[in-house]
Amino acid sequence: MTVPYAIQIEHVWTEFGDTASGTSKVVHQDINLCLEHGEILGVVGASGCGKTTLLREIIGLQTPSRGEVIVMGQSLKQANADHGQRLRHDCGVLFQKGALFSVLNVFDNIAFPLRELGIKDEALIERIVFMKLSMVGLSDHDAWLKPADLSGGMIKRVALARSMVMEPGLLLLDEPTSGLDPISSEDFVSLLSELHKALNFTVVMVTHDLDILRDLCTKVAVLADNQLVAFGTLAEVLDGKHPFIEKFFYNKRARRVFQYQEATHG
Amino acid sequence: MTDKQSSPDNPPLFEILAQQGGPSCVKLSGDWNIRSLVKSPDLRGKISKNAKLKTLQWDLRSIDVLDSASALILWQAWGGQVPTALQLKPEHQRLFDLWQAQVLPVVEPPASHFSLFFSYTQQLLLGFWGQLLNVVGLLGQLLLDLAYLLVHPREIPRAEISITIYDAGVRALGITALVGFLIGIVLSYLSALQLKTFGAEIYIIDILGLSIIRELGPLLAAILVAGRSGSAMTAQLGIMRVTEELDALSAMGISHSLRLILPKVAALVIVMPLLSAWTSAAALIGGMFSAQNTLDISYQQFFLKIPDVVPLVNVFIGLGKSAVFGLMIALIACHFGFRIKPNTESLGNETTNSVVAAITVVIMVDAVFAILFMGVGMP
Repeated sequence: MTVPYAIQIEHVWTEFGDTASGTSKVVHQDINLCLEHGEILGVVGASGCGKTTLLREIIGLQTPSRGEVIVMGQSLKQANADHGQRLRHDCGVLFQKGALFSVLNVFDNIAFPLRELGIKDEALIERIVFMKLSMVGLSDHDAWLKPADLSGGMIKRVALARSMVMEPGLLLLDEPTSGLDPISSEDFVSLLSELHKALNFTVVMVTHDLDILRDLCTKVAVLADNQLVAFGTLAEVLDGKHPFIEKFFYNKRARRVFQYQEATHG
Repeated sequence: MTDKQSSPDNPPLFEILAQQGGPSCVKLSGDWNIRSLVKSPDLRGKISKNAKLKTLQWDLRSIDVLDSASALILWQAWGGQVPTALQLKPEHQRLFDLWQAQVLPVVEPPASHFSLFFSYTQQLLLGFWGQLLNVVGLLGQLLLDLAYLLVHPREIPRAEISITIYDAGVRALGITALVGFLIGIVLSYLSALQLKTFGAEIYIIDILGLSIIRELGPLLAAILVAGRSGSAMTAQLGIMRVTEELDALSAMGISHSLRLILPKVAALVIVMPLLSAWTSAAALIGGMFSAQNTLDISYQQFFLKIPDVVPLVNVFIGLGKSAVFGLMIALIACHFGFRIKPNTESLGNETTNSVVAAITVVIMVDAVFAILFMGVGMP
């Protein structure tokens, strides 16, 4: 049995604070979207418009006030503890700052999900960990470093390796290229694109990076004014008439990015 | 590789099919991923047992999902090579090629137990010496800062000192009063039992007055402040290291010792004698309360007799050593705070070390005071 969509978000409303005392803040108003398996979705929007909140709702770290989030055919609202756990096992999450365990070295960080699963065969763990390390472009020597000794780009790579070690069907990335230099950022894009080709997972990422949207994402969702104002391929989104789209995709910098693409790739 | 999203219940299956006129064939089907393999441990045993038989054919075409870890388990069972009679989906071929091509790094052997023990002892001794030097250095820096502030009184960090006095002093009033009161009751009650047998009830005032004002009050207050505020100061500095706030201060040219250490030390030196007096008072009230109930010694009698049996110098000894306790607690808290490395383990360890060291040093300093003022203030 295969499930039709990787992610379905149905009429999701999110409010923070206390509605009774009138101090509540509405973050999402009636958000709807469906994402098929194997797609790469880029979520864009101004700061504070609830992109990360949406991602947290998909992970199940936060519950929407109203509406439903269905991940891999399973509604998070109806999921019991066991189902919820199984669902999390099929998700890899890359947090904005990596969220590596600071007491563990790189090797143990990546091996952590495997050991938690109950695998005792250290030789097997070693092979898998070194394979993932080489997949994200890190050398064997890096395996023994502690997170405090890593650069920002390396932390992102290790965190990506950890999120992929179980080869999940769904990868959730929170601003994967923020804080990276353009070269590392470019490397990250090609790395993710190669991994996606090989493992064919579904990706949802929150990003501000126009290059990623252009080169990697098969779908783009635009959040503005607490609503989903556009959802579709990049070309479809670019046709949108919302003022935020105008501002975000047609400012000077964005024009340069897209013009360069046209000039080089036609 | 999850080439197709699986439903949760599609377990990995292992069958041996006998074929007419040819070798038997192992047929694998279902979802072969690391999670399902861990759930069925006997499957791995079956694979490794059958993988040794070189004559078997392997048919992997019915596998729906195969991830690279499962491919590794199969590949390892086959002895690090793909069997000649293997049939599989073309998209799964890549997974086996992946492991075929992997070169494992040579892992350095761990150091022997003896050298580990040696290096541990060496580190312990060097570490202690280094820490001692560091605390002395902090004290020296503090004196330099004080001299600087005498010349530049406008730069005295008044706000920080005031905040620390409030946090470490005012907010500790409740707990110190409670603990002091209860200890006073207990001490008075236990002493009363002994004194009654000798008919020396009236000496309860001497015992309580001297022991609480000179020893217990300052010590109780110091131990409570070390546990309460010392740990908080260490953790605060540690978090500032983790969030790079310390670096931000340095980058702005702001001295750590002047803005972070000195206010804490100054505040505790000011607030500790006050807290100690407060704790002593609470303990005396508790003692008085208990003495009235068990020995029928009235409050009036207690108040009238205390100045006679406890010479005033004891009050000053108590206040004086409280100030030194405050200095030591703040210095040790800051010393351990700056030692914290940006990881969670270090944060926990150093905070514990800070509290343990502060309480130990407080008791050691108390012993030094006891020896120095042995003949002073006795009635």
